[in-house]
Amino acid sequence: MKAWLFVGIIVAATALADALQAYGMRRHGEIDDFRPSALGRAAASLTRNWCIIAAVVMMAVSFYSFLTLLSFADLSFAVPASAASYVIETVVAKWFLKEAVCWRRWAGAALVAGGVALLAL
Amino acid sequence: MSDSLRLKTRILTVVVVLANVGGDFLLSWGLKRRGAELGASALDYVTVLFNPWVGTGVLLLILWMLSRMVLLSWADLSYVLPVTAIGYVLNAVAGRVFLGEHVNAARWSGVALIFAGVWLVGSTAIQTAPQPAGNCREPIAERECARR
Repeated sequence: MKAWLFVGIIVAATALADALQAYGMRRHGEIDDFRPSALGRAAASLTRNWCIIAAVVMMAVSFYSFLTLLSFADLSFAVPASAASYVIETVVAKWFLKEAVCWRRWAGAALVAGGVALLAL
Repeated sequence: MSDSLRLKTRILTVVVVLANVGGDFLLSWGLKRRGAELGASALDYVTVLFNPWVGTGVLLLILWMLSRMVLLSWADLSYVLPVTAIGYVLNAVAGRVFLGEHVNAARWSGVALIFAGVWLVGSTAIQTAPQPAGNCREPIAERECARR
């Protein structure tokens, strides 16, 4: 029960972190000028982007929850269980980020989640 | 979908994947060569960064995070996430070749499933989401997601 609680926290925090990061980067606009001065300006702008800041906090929550889970559960349980995040994040991308998710993306996300689960065996 | 967007997305996807795999591999390699396990002391987590393998691994993971942010600025999350999962395959191959780890039939099946997933998602449009004000590009319909 405790392990599944941590899996839930990991999946939710990862999905939230990636959704916030994707939303924040979309709001910022495409980065396609790779000169040092332009990259510096982009970095300065991103440090004031609340979506990116919240995404980093959620990434930290996900990382430390994963480490905690590994301290009492097997890696062979932790990795396949948290692979569910591929499907959850596709749902988040469709409903919250309004991406056009066609059957190929649904099938691809499911195949990758299944593949990651098998790799952990 | 412009050819330049597709080309630059593919190039950056390679950078993201290689930085992630290289970073994970160097962290694992450095920590194993270090011998002793990381203790409860916070100082351990600082001093380990001065190990050249671990330090280079951390630099590569910083490059991974930054390049992934750039990739997300021009490609959908539902595209980036499955496509960069090819890193799991490279990790399995690196573990087999460089660390002598055993890869059983179930793991090779997992590799095949990930390849199939990456191929399916890689054949969809890179960018479909509505953009913020100032960008006039219209969101594309789901039925068009599969079109290049």
